[in-house]
Amino acid sequence: MPTFLDSIRTALALIASGDPDLVEIVLLSLRVSLTAVVAAAAIGVPLGAALAVFRFPGRGALVVLVNALMGLPPVVVGLVVYLSLSASGPLGVLGLLYTPAAMIIAQTILVAPIIAALTRAALAEMLTEYDETLRALGANRIDTLGTLLWDARFALVTALLAGLGRALAEVGAVMLVGGNIDHVTRVMTTAIALETSRGALPLALGLGFVLLMLTLVLNAAVLGLRARLEGPAHA
Amino acid sequence: MRDRTPRVIPFPASPAPAADARILFRDLALTRDGTRVIDGLTMALCPTGISAVMGPNGAGKSVLLRIAAGLVAPDAGRVILPLPMRGRVGIVFQSPVLLRRTLRGNLTHALKLARVPRADRARRLDELIALGSLLPLAERPARRLSGGEAQRLAIVRALAANPALLLLDEPTAHLDPASTQGVEALVQRIARAGTKVVIVSHDPGQIARLAVEVAFLHHGRACEVTPMPGFLSAPASAEARAYLKGTILL
Amino acid sequence: MKTAILAAGFALAALPAVAQDGVVLVQSTTSTQNSGLYDHILPIAEEALGLDIRVVAVGTGQALQNAERCDGDMLIVHARDAEIAFVEAGFGTERRDLMYNDFVIVGPESDPAGVAGTGDVSAALAAIAGAGAPFASRGDDSGTHRKELNLWDGVADVAAASGTWYRELGSGMGATLNAAVGMGAYTLTDRATWLAFENRGDLVILSQGDERLFNQYGVIPVNPAHCPNVNAEGATAFADWLVSDAGQQAIADYSLGGEQLFFPNAE
Repeated sequence: MPTFLDSIRTALALIASGDPDLVEIVLLSLRVSLTAVVAAAAIGVPLGAALAVFRFPGRGALVVLVNALMGLPPVVVGLVVYLSLSASGPLGVLGLLYTPAAMIIAQTILVAPIIAALTRAALAEMLTEYDETLRALGANRIDTLGTLLWDARFALVTALLAGLGRALAEVGAVMLVGGNIDHVTRVMTTAIALETSRGALPLALGLGFVLLMLTLVLNAAVLGLRARLEGPAHA
Repeated sequence: MRDRTPRVIPFPASPAPAADARILFRDLALTRDGTRVIDGLTMALCPTGISAVMGPNGAGKSVLLRIAAGLVAPDAGRVILPLPMRGRVGIVFQSPVLLRRTLRGNLTHALKLARVPRADRARRLDELIALGSLLPLAERPARRLSGGEAQRLAIVRALAANPALLLLDEPTAHLDPASTQGVEALVQRIARAGTKVVIVSHDPGQIARLAVEVAFLHHGRACEVTPMPGFLSAPASAEARAYLKGTILL
Repeated sequence: MKTAILAAGFALAALPAVAQDGVVLVQSTTSTQNSGLYDHILPIAEEALGLDIRVVAVGTGQALQNAERCDGDMLIVHARDAEIAFVEAGFGTERRDLMYNDFVIVGPESDPAGVAGTGDVSAALAAIAGAGAPFASRGDDSGTHRKELNLWDGVADVAAASGTWYRELGSGMGATLNAAVGMGAYTLTDRATWLAFENRGDLVILSQGDERLFNQYGVIPVNPAHCPNVNAEGATAFADWLVSDAGQQAIADYSLGGEQLFFPNAE
């Protein structure tokens, strides 16, 4: 059994070597997951904001549904996307199966509910604080929504990071719809799964550490940016 | 400007010919969670200067301000404002909520929400900052202001929409004497500039310094509206007498 | 919401798409990928044919299903009866033998069932069943799983024993080997995956050599009459190359640790 120290050493050696295959896999992981998070934010932020601010019939049920969808098993999402994009499926003509686009679609579906639910929670909490003040200042619901989105921007960044974490860590869906094709759809997680199935556990774990470092760097970068925007002291 | 006519307003206010010039609260009632928070409140306030609203905790003062600001609809009754004040009411809550932005950002956003034309915003912004004596703090995040600074910001922010009636709910409740002085000076500047101010306060000293009249509320009803300085020396109602003596009202 | 997802999808059309000319998508068993065979032969084939060959390695059962849904241009799998049925149903054009290796029974070195050296696979399995020693089964309808069920037939009622000593993992070969290492179980694996497998723990080959452990791989282009979207031309070209002298030589040349993993046997 490999020790964690071995794996960290493997990870560092992998990074130091600048192995082009590893670079390719890391870049594809980033491209797929970042694109998915952007797409999911385009869906999830307005949806979550609407759920927080507007009152309409079925809203409660929708909130429950969005929260429940946060727990979607990636494999189920992968299966649904696979069956949709399959040549025999309704969207087969698009020819997207086994491409990065298919992986982006699957991860978008996985991440959008997370971003929507976290956005809703953050805005709903802020709304209880802000509502009366904003109404007193003459805000209508659209004004309120805009104000909350801006003032909750750091909570939204956290929501996006949570979504990115889920996207980067997810393997079940991208394996099914991407096919883990070498140089085409192989990402960090599917590479880890492959190395595990080859019994190359130190390499698999080493790749896991590379993934962990990648998420660490991304989080640190975003939080550092946040600290800079927020100013020297705490609000 | 100020109506300092030293006479006791007949209570309940009779529909005198001059009544339409006053701020009228007529037969207001509001029940919340089974409690009559406002219970047939009727009174008239002078349309200029600073009026104070006093009364023990739970008397309905804060709710009354919210009803006057149009934020809470009463179950019954109505508030009749003099024509120039209609739709031009500003309010500052006891614990003002400042947006997570700079002081300047708070004011800019309030001007935007007040639909102040873009071309006028910079000028209005400068005016509000100057009025609140807030210039050195303009770029500070609002939530890092001291209590007095925050209160002054909240007050000038409520002026963004250029209200004719400004409602203040215990603006100095948590402030030290120096900060209290700063807020009071601001309130006086605002009143002198022609904006009618109604201020909720528990502080007789503050009332003596600011108010032209005092409305005393108890159990959701108006016990009296008495001009200053008469109210503090000789309140008309037994409730106000007891309150000023420090007796707990039941 | 769906529109937004689709829009995102279209926005990414710049990314590589399938169904391009020159791309051949192979639905494959996992042993050929896990053993590293494709890493060896695909560059040679791509060079010779000018094709972009992509492999989705999912196990024989799933590969056959994916191909039936037209999500691939050809198959490289190892379940002869299922392959013949696939072609007879009109899903594939023709099935050709490609190569073979063999299955082996691996188990803990301590060998609690005492199967070491048992050449007869039925006897070996009967010993495992008799001892109630843990046996890890793929349980995933793969080629190896189908083979294993055939071997158990008439030896022990594994369906009845499932959950006791007989453990159905529902996993690929690699995951099953990892699990077998973890629980000290016996299992059936193809030799190529075994040789390439790095996490053997204390597992060793205990039974091999029975002619019933023969493992035949076949290649089948998907039938364009069933799936008009497939790259039939490319698939046929690659299949023809695999069974040609050049392809067969490339397969024979692949070895790991000095051992040849696959033995070409195209007609």
